Amino acid sequence: MTTSADQSQQLSERVTEAFAHATPLHLRGSGSKDFLGEAVDGETLDVTGHAGVVNYEPGELVMTARAGTPLAELENVLADAHQMLAFEPPHFGANATLGGTIATGLSGPARPFAGAARDFVLGCRIINGQGQILRFGGEVMKNVAGYDLSRLMAGAYGTLGVLLDVSLKVLPVARTQITRVFEHSAAQALQQISDWQRKPWPITAAYWEDGKTYLRLAGATSSVDSACEKLGGETLDDDTTFWRAVREHERPFFASDDRPLWRVSLPPAAAMLDIDGDCVIDWGGAQRWVQTDMEAVALRRVVKEAGGHATVYRGDAQPRFHPIGESILALQQRLKKSMDPAGILNPGRIYPEL
Amino acid sequence: MADTAIADAAEQVLASRPDKAQLIDKLVAKLPEHVVLHAEEDLRPFECDGLSAYRKLPMIVVLPETIEQVQIAMQVCYANDVAVVARGAGTGLSGGALPMENGVLLSLAKFKQILDIDTANRRATVQPGVRNLAISEAVSDLGLYYAPDPSSQIACSIGGNVAENSGGVHCLKYGLTTHNIIELEIVTVEGERMTIGSEALDTPGYDLLALMTGSEGLLGVIVQVVVKLLPKPERAQVVLAAFDDVRKAGDAVAAIIQAGIVPAGLEMLDNPAIVATEEFVHADYPTDAAAILLCEVDGTHAEVDEHIADVREVVEREGATEVRVSRDDAERAIFWAGRKAAFPAMGRISPDYYCMDGTIPRKALADVLIGIGELSKKYGQRVANVFHAGDGNLHPLILYDANIEGELERTEEFGGAICELCLEHGGTITGEHGVGVEKIDQMCVQFPPDELTQFHAVKQAFDSKGLLNPGKAVPTLHRCAEFGAMHVHNGELPFPELERL
Repeated sequence: MTTSADQSQQLSERVTEAFAHATPLHLRGSGSKDFLGEAVDGETLDVTGHAGVVNYEPGELVMTARAGTPLAELENVLADAHQMLAFEPPHFGANATLGGTIATGLSGPARPFAGAARDFVLGCRIINGQGQILRFGGEVMKNVAGYDLSRLMAGAYGTLGVLLDVSLKVLPVARTQITRVFEHSAAQALQQISDWQRKPWPITAAYWEDGKTYLRLAGATSSVDSACEKLGGETLDDDTTFWRAVREHERPFFASDDRPLWRVSLPPAAAMLDIDGDCVIDWGGAQRWVQTDMEAVALRRVVKEAGGHATVYRGDAQPRFHPIGESILALQQRLKKSMDPAGILNPGRIYPEL
Repeated sequence: MADTAIADAAEQVLASRPDKAQLIDKLVAKLPEHVVLHAEEDLRPFECDGLSAYRKLPMIVVLPETIEQVQIAMQVCYANDVAVVARGAGTGLSGGALPMENGVLLSLAKFKQILDIDTANRRATVQPGVRNLAISEAVSDLGLYYAPDPSSQIACSIGGNVAENSGGVHCLKYGLTTHNIIELEIVTVEGERMTIGSEALDTPGYDLLALMTGSEGLLGVIVQVVVKLLPKPERAQVVLAAFDDVRKAGDAVAAIIQAGIVPAGLEMLDNPAIVATEEFVHADYPTDAAAILLCEVDGTHAEVDEHIADVREVVEREGATEVRVSRDDAERAIFWAGRKAAFPAMGRISPDYYCMDGTIPRKALADVLIGIGELSKKYGQRVANVFHAGDGNLHPLILYDANIEGELERTEEFGGAICELCLEHGGTITGEHGVGVEKIDQMCVQFPPDELTQFHAVKQAFDSKGLLNPGKAVPTLHRCAEFGAMHVHNGELPFPELERL
């Protein structure tokens, strides 16, 4: 266990001070996801000291922990009670924190089936851009009192508030998990995955790479067994290691780093895009990883026509996130200003305007 | 953020006296005459929503037929600083669609089309006035359904579901509205059309989809919704377990969850609710039980068999006095009949009832239930409890008679005390019905001034004039100060004749 400490007051004082002097702050956990988004020019606000599980009662299916808590530690605590973070967050580094996980809003292979990081956020405590400590949501499953500012924090990259504590819904670990492998072209895989998802089977991941579809089933033993019987395919040995590698970009596909790596987010059944490059398919088609030298504007045009957007994961292309329309950007600017009037929290991490 | 400025803007809108005739002229100049209603008999059907104790006649009702007409209505109101209350089916239970005598009621009732069903991506594009249940009915042949199922699903519309982030019996397993929508089209207060979310599973920039959901019509008007569809489970089965002690029943709820089962529904009824519903629908509930649990599991045939056995074992271990398992869908329907008839059943034993909506951690179920019993004695009013126990979401039904002078006021006060009891146990004042006008004072108890100020600042980013559904959902600090002052006087309001909106 790492140290457990409540540094809310110190952190709030730092932000209050920064607000008074309009000093930009660069919010930072372990830095495992520094490669995402734009670089932030500002004084570093290190949140890793604000760590520890605040409340965890397995019978409530809720865990509240401080933002600096290492994700690995949190997952160990949950595993001891046979529970888990069902959105299967990628770590992208040994010391990844809970705060960074929620701030980036990233979710692993289970996302289309279990839900995204934001779907599991029940509440949070934050510091807004004026240094005020605010609490939104709570530790209960249903809560519609006030605007849902806690889910808004997921994927806001710390630009709306410094996350202090996050309450998450957690779920029991499935009793049985099996992964089946099928020989498919990419187009076949997309069709097949779409068809499978119309069946009431306990699918928790669907991935395609290099001529093979990998379908993970997890749930009640009987349910997984009966689905496998109907599905056919070959059973994959040690599938836990396989899915961890998918989640953490440790499959061989991600190792060759001579070309830029793009994350392409699409409606799941969208046909394979006309892009000159290599592709693997995750999220049952809704998240595709593409290695290509294609120019950013041209790539984004193709992706947008298919109803999606593209983010740079590796390479020099700018901007890192897919540009958005003028009026929606203006609205987001006003929203940013409402929470961070001096523009000091991770300014420019998502877009220069936020 | 100057809360006083925001409060002033809000109070100005609330106190404004727009010229009705002029506004009608301006609306009719740009809209077909028949979509602008202003005669009293045409306005009357819109005077309240599902919280019928609160009624107000709107100044004007606009019933647009196209998104362009919604935009025009918003543009006219924006240009003339007139407040707008959007309304779907009007089934809300917190007065969120309560009209304003000095404002326009914008009814989306004519937006009833299911525009597209996309089986490959398992989603449907619908207009906001489409009824919740109509979506599931339309895709049933495809083996799909829309999961959130508020009790009013036969009548409530999807636009209102989004505005309130509606739940239902099955949300422990399948989530709330916020977990089951993909994209929204909204019209802003200025009359601009905007897309929130996208066809992909995420969208660049802030997650405005999360923010819009449950915003109670204060941030924008929802004019189109893309919902997620799920495959229908092969089978569903219900366990009915009776307990001679509410504490045992409450503990059994936590034990089921802890056993690693995520039931599709987990409901609890206390003795007064059991007795009232039994007299009404004859579901053969054990009327001598202190509480019953209804635990539904769904999935593949094999999975249901496995989980039903587990649930039976858990409830027996937790001291259930009787356990029944539905043998077929007909019996499952009978088990549920009592629960589903809980509200109308109250209507039979009491002239009026008032439905509360707090949510608490599951472990506090028994304590809160006992606490509500004590409050019931204190206020001298009967309460029947039906809970979405799996979510910790309580629906105490306070029985009263509006014809008895002072009883509604006492009931509201009792309701407020239940809200505060939920807060004391780490809960929230509303799990799925929304704040609306009904629980606005309790917002002052749940949220300190800094949080409320932040909410107002967010509102301003969307609606700088404060024209969208003013006076609802988030109280001004001024109002909270008044409420706080009233509160210390033991609920004896200093100015009972004052409108408290």
